[in-house]
Amino acid sequence: MEYVNPEGLRLDGRRFNEMRQIVAEVGVVSKADGSAVFEMGNTKVIAAVYGPREIQNKSQQKNGHALVLCEYSMAHFSTGDRRRQKNDRRSTELSLVIRQTMEACILTELLPHSQIDIFLQVLQADGGTRSACINAATLALADAGIPMRDLAVSCSAGYLNSTPLLDLNYVEDSAGGADVTVGILPKLDKVTLLQMDAKLPMETFETVFALASEGCKAIAERVREVLQENTKQLEYRRAS
Amino acid sequence: MMRKIQLPFTQTQKVRYERAIERLQSLSSTANSDASVIVTDTIPVNHEDAFLKGHGTSEVEGELLATVCGVVERVDKLVYVRTLRARYKPEVGDIVVGRIIEVAQKRWRVELNFTQDGVLMLSSMNMPDGSQRRRTSVDELNMRNIFVEHDVVCAEVRSIQHDGSLQLHARSQKYGKLEKGQLLKVDPYLVKRSKHHFHYIESLGIDLIIGCNGFIWVGEHVEVRDPVMIDDQKDDEMMISSSSTKEQSHTPLETRQNICRIGNAVRVLSNLGFTVTVEVITETVNLSNSKNVGIYDMIGSEFHVLVAENEAERRRQKRKK
Repeated sequence: MEYVNPEGLRLDGRRFNEMRQIVAEVGVVSKADGSAVFEMGNTKVIAAVYGPREIQNKSQQKNGHALVLCEYSMAHFSTGDRRRQKNDRRSTELSLVIRQTMEACILTELLPHSQIDIFLQVLQADGGTRSACINAATLALADAGIPMRDLAVSCSAGYLNSTPLLDLNYVEDSAGGADVTVGILPKLDKVTLLQMDAKLPMETFETVFALASEGCKAIAERVREVLQENTKQLEYRRAS
Repeated sequence: MMRKIQLPFTQTQKVRYERAIERLQSLSSTANSDASVIVTDTIPVNHEDAFLKGHGTSEVEGELLATVCGVVERVDKLVYVRTLRARYKPEVGDIVVGRIIEVAQKRWRVELNFTQDGVLMLSSMNMPDGSQRRRTSVDELNMRNIFVEHDVVCAEVRSIQHDGSLQLHARSQKYGKLEKGQLLKVDPYLVKRSKHHFHYIESLGIDLIIGCNGFIWVGEHVEVRDPVMIDDQKDDEMMISSSSTKEQSHTPLETRQNICRIGNAVRVLSNLGFTVTVEVITETVNLSNSKNVGIYDMIGSEFHVLVAENEAERRRQKRKK
């Protein structure tokens, strides 16, 4: 199948280095300490953060650090076919990956004897849910006022028809080519997440990785704009 | 909680609301400055002068970075970031309102919107009869006579331990169990620390306690009695207590309505993200009365717009002075 036509356009009309439209919003769940919705094209994720709060299971308590817990789930209606099982292996693995990424950027040593719960729900899945979840979680954590080293952002890239492609959608994702998900800390210039589910030659991998990190930086810009706007608004409403 | 307002605004209401918010923005002194920062923003500091890095900052490669979203505050040499939406940050002497969630050995655990549960020791409570003595194991067994789970209590922050846990005390007649009223939860950044957190709104017969942790109590007024007086009156009270408790258990309808009215005023203010002080609350209540807004209609869209407009006007007048 042809994923990039001779004019260089992809199935949904994007060029190889173009991302889907991003819509991000914080403060969507009223009872949560922090919450956010993050949309990338047709992928839509809602994140809710509760805490830092008292540890519920005392045996999990870590010495001098906050406990970060993460639950990823896909809504039954999120995909074309109705999904039935809830806690499959994929969700468990993704929860773990997201938890590790977020734990790396939260300053857990400042919040001893407490836990932070991150709940992620995929409302619409169209490829790149992993990245969208990390971005949504970052926004929600910042909204909850949890101290962080940096804003972790993530983006995926792939390689199809000998072209590196940024931000794969579901059709491109399931084409069987490589899918590289990259998570970075833009300010500290560090990589916190790198996953690839196929093989790529070294040189190709590097171009794909570079493309994905460029995408991450673009997302970081957007995330910062949203937070800036939100912070300013909270402050001028409060001020008296 | 200040969340995205999702009220069914009509077109005119929407325009009026947006205009009021715009006015608030233009009136604010910090809106257009670079005082507000988000995570990883560089905080400008003069590196030649010594400075102290406070909460919400970290130093990375010689740069001072913010670790939370908020507003940069500078006090003398100290530079810190004041967070907006975050959990309660306790300070010793704060008056807080909380909910008992557990009765444990010699202590109650209190939910305070803090990163951990607060601890109220039995020994840091006044005895119900006001006497001063060592707490015995009998007192420990009778702890549920004082507070049980889900009771709302008012207390003061006694100390913050090294491990971050929070100790409370309630060694005064004004602290203790709160009854016959409503507990409202707002974001702690909307509450300002001040000299007075206990308010008695005489015209309505209502007690208002604005806890520093963002828990606000609106309840029927109760007379705080001088502890010394109680000792003298104890004997007489024994006789009348049986009759008086029955009388007191009834709250008149009017008082209940007043509680709801104040409660809804607080809800509207917190929905709009305005600072919650006793002055603003009473003004909002008066506004609802003067405009003949029913108690239930107070949480409707029209009243939200009215309060936003009123607040913009209030701040403009304040600035003129």
